Amino acid sequence: MNKPIRTVSIFCMFLFLALMANVTYLQFWRSEDLNTDPRNARVAAAAFSRERGLILVGEDAIARSEPVDDRYKYLRVYPQKQLYAPITGYLQLGSQTGLERSQNKVLSGEDPRLFVNRLVDLLKGDTNQGGNVSLTLDPRAQRAAFTSLRDTVGPEGEGAVVAIQPKTGRILAMVSFPSYDPNELASHDREVRERAYERLDGSEHQPLLNRAIQTRLFPGSTFKVVTAAAAIEEGVYDQDDQVPSGATWQAPGTTGEQNVIDNEGRTGCSPERISFATAMEDSCNTAFAKMAVEVGPEKLRETAEAFGFNSDYLLDLGPQARSVFPEDVVDVIDGEEQEPRELNGAETARSGFGQFSVQATPLQMAMVASAIANRGALMRPYLVDQVQTASFDVLETTEPEKLRDAISPQTAAQLTDLLVSTVDNGTASPAAIDGVSVAGKTGTAQRGIEGKAPYGWFISFAPAQNAEVAVAVMIQEAPGKQIAGGQLGGPIAKAVMEAVLQ
Amino acid sequence: MATNSSTLMGFVHRRRRGAELFLLVLALVVGIGAYAAVGLGVDGEVPTNLIGYGGWLAVLTVAAHVVVRFVAPYADPVLLPVVAALNGLGLAVIHRLDLAKDTGLASQQLTWMTLGVILFVATLVFLPDHRLLARFTYTSGLAAIVLLILPMLPGLGTQINGARIWIAVGPFSFQPGELAKVLLVITFAGYLVVHRDALALAGRRVVFIDLPRGRDLGPILMMWVVSLGILVLQRDLGSSLLFFGLFLVMLYVATERPGWLVVGGLLFFGGAAVAFRLFSHVQKRVDIWLDPFADPDGSGYQLVQALYGFGWGGMIGRGFGEGMPERVPYAESDFILAAIGEELGLTAVMAVLLLYGLVVERALRAALISRDGFGKLVATGLAAVLALQVFVVIGGVTRLIPLTGLTTPFLSYGGSSLVANWVIVAILLRISDQARRPLPDLTEDEDADEQATQVVKVVPQ
Repeated sequence: MNKPIRTVSIFCMFLFLALMANVTYLQFWRSEDLNTDPRNARVAAAAFSRERGLILVGEDAIARSEPVDDRYKYLRVYPQKQLYAPITGYLQLGSQTGLERSQNKVLSGEDPRLFVNRLVDLLKGDTNQGGNVSLTLDPRAQRAAFTSLRDTVGPEGEGAVVAIQPKTGRILAMVSFPSYDPNELASHDREVRERAYERLDGSEHQPLLNRAIQTRLFPGSTFKVVTAAAAIEEGVYDQDDQVPSGATWQAPGTTGEQNVIDNEGRTGCSPERISFATAMEDSCNTAFAKMAVEVGPEKLRETAEAFGFNSDYLLDLGPQARSVFPEDVVDVIDGEEQEPRELNGAETARSGFGQFSVQATPLQMAMVASAIANRGALMRPYLVDQVQTASFDVLETTEPEKLRDAISPQTAAQLTDLLVSTVDNGTASPAAIDGVSVAGKTGTAQRGIEGKAPYGWFISFAPAQNAEVAVAVMIQEAPGKQIAGGQLGGPIAKAVMEAVLQ
Repeated sequence: MATNSSTLMGFVHRRRRGAELFLLVLALVVGIGAYAAVGLGVDGEVPTNLIGYGGWLAVLTVAAHVVVRFVAPYADPVLLPVVAALNGLGLAVIHRLDLAKDTGLASQQLTWMTLGVILFVATLVFLPDHRLLARFTYTSGLAAIVLLILPMLPGLGTQINGARIWIAVGPFSFQPGELAKVLLVITFAGYLVVHRDALALAGRRVVFIDLPRGRDLGPILMMWVVSLGILVLQRDLGSSLLFFGLFLVMLYVATERPGWLVVGGLLFFGGAAVAFRLFSHVQKRVDIWLDPFADPDGSGYQLVQALYGFGWGGMIGRGFGEGMPERVPYAESDFILAAIGEELGLTAVMAVLLLYGLVVERALRAALISRDGFGKLVATGLAAVLALQVFVVIGGVTRLIPLTGLTTPFLSYGGSSLVANWVIVAILLRISDQARRPLPDLTEDEDADEQATQVVKVVPQ
């Protein structure tokens, strides 16, 4: 019987060899694959138990890892609580939001730029430490934006502020209100964490939303700046020209009371022809409706797109809502979708003052202001200034990047003049700063729902001729206050600009 | 030819008990060291009961060694240390999972190990010659079938995780199938050793296989079909596969007809195809095997978590306390290798596989040098059981083959399996002791005078 026993031995040997080969494949060759699978909870837990890098604003850490005595070893702490929450996001086991998410590789130390440091850590026997992310934010501007927005809209209000350095695209302030305390969501106590999330997620004010980049609303009259830019750029009007206006205007191709465009009581708009400056100062709907129709939907859209509409541009933080200028309209007749068509006259007219289906995020409107302030050159907005090692050695500094020339410098200069006179003599006067030339534009956008208060907008930049800051303020809800972009948004923008210019 | 070949060559096996003791000390270092490492890794301190625990482990292994020294002095010196090391490592890993899950399975497992060693000693003491087992050919066959049927009895059997393979007596639950596999090896060996000539030589030749006569193959085939049928009814895929393979190997070794492997292989694939079509749970297993990531949080969860664990361990593992082996459901039983792979790495998995390979190799070596056919068959059968079981379960958890539930011998938590495996080792030691023992000196009996024709005086009445 020995011959078959030998055969059986060889067979058994092959069984074991197969097991060994397979397990070697699994633990050696496939290991990398499995260890980078985002569904792998071990990866998440390991990242969670590691000393993550800091998120820095100036010298201060707005997110840091504190050693704690539990199974995860480090607790993520956000000392400024609500102030930076929409930007930092929060860290949880296996998930992150905000910068914690978008900069996860650096913060967790997995980024290839940190490879050498990882190697050194390994040799020194240190635990792997994540790199730091230093932000472009100006802490004074951020705080000014947050407090003035909060004080303006009240505890039940909603809104956002974005401030950009026009020459570089550095985001100086980004505030969304209401905000939340990320410490609760990053707690290692499951119950604390879940209760906080349920409360925040269930709140009608949506505090978890970063309104500055995620909320898209009708920009209202602030969009008139884009319409004016298109008109000047296309040579339809010049800043010194007279433009057609009027007390009311029946939108072309329409009938009925609801399609009559008026100026909400601003009588300066009533003459049939007014100066371009007056149209801007008094924010004349009729003038810009007519101007939009004259320019035409295609040119209007091209100008809007040059400013960043219909595209994504923010790389450092997500998710970002894309601002929209409609390319075409799809009618639905008897439940059937028709062929897409170009915007008709009435739709173009409404788009001209930021209604119909034009929608913009606060960041987008800040970019419109910023491009005008920067002689027409649109810079890519960014939040991450530097990537550093744990010991603050700079690994990479973000270089400002020009996206495109949205408009010509001449157009930008004309628009600047118009906007300065809007602050000096018009609706945007609440943003005026003593001794500084400020350019600004208000906006009050109808929601299209009867009885609901409008959205308030305000965009501005200063100093007008050599701008250091461009701001967009959006007020979504301010219970108990009369929403008019100038009255509510103006002082907020002013506070932010002053904080930067100080 | 009747005389022993080893004495002809002047070769006598040495006892090598000293080597066994030395290896046992190494095995204890593995077991106790792993236990201490778990404490250090998870809690940052040496476990407080290390002395008591280590002492008890040492007492058990030394006791086993002393008994072997006295009642089976020529037994293979490698087997006992290897299984002691596996058992010790298993205990440490179960302790590690206890700490993660706040359970107390390791101390239960230590109790089972104690019982296993007691039965190991009892087997060696009360079984001076393995050939005595041949007397129980049919008895053990019957016992095996009764044991296999027990879990199906209402009131006694309990269904755990979809397989009805457990019996519960009071607070204890027991898997009779584990013991049945030892009994079936004895039955198959006892029957085949008697009928091997008839099976091999009598019969008709069909195509290229000599089919034996029905009356020769019939009884054992019946036994086999019955036990296999029971297991299939109990949905115990792993054990079905194990018993099928075991029978095939033993039939092949007994008859020396490779044709049986061909027939068996065809039957296996035919049976597997039928089972795949008939049983949804078989299809499910195959689906999970083909793509565990299709439903990583549902049906594929266990395997996916195990694969993540293996990957996470990499070459040298994360170290005790640094991984998350508790994420794998049943990490302490079927999936214990995933826990080892995660925290001790490929290195330890390879070591474990080599230890198993060594057990199988030593068992087959005992079969080769055994002087009687029954011993050869029993040793081969037990070796095949171990090899197949290791292949089926480890192949399952590493996604080499579809997953079928089986315990990892000596490592997994589970009393029935551990006790049965200790008995298997005792029988293997007994067979190797008989095989390596020098033959009694018979030359006196073969005195020429005695063989001369004797004159018998018939006393007249």
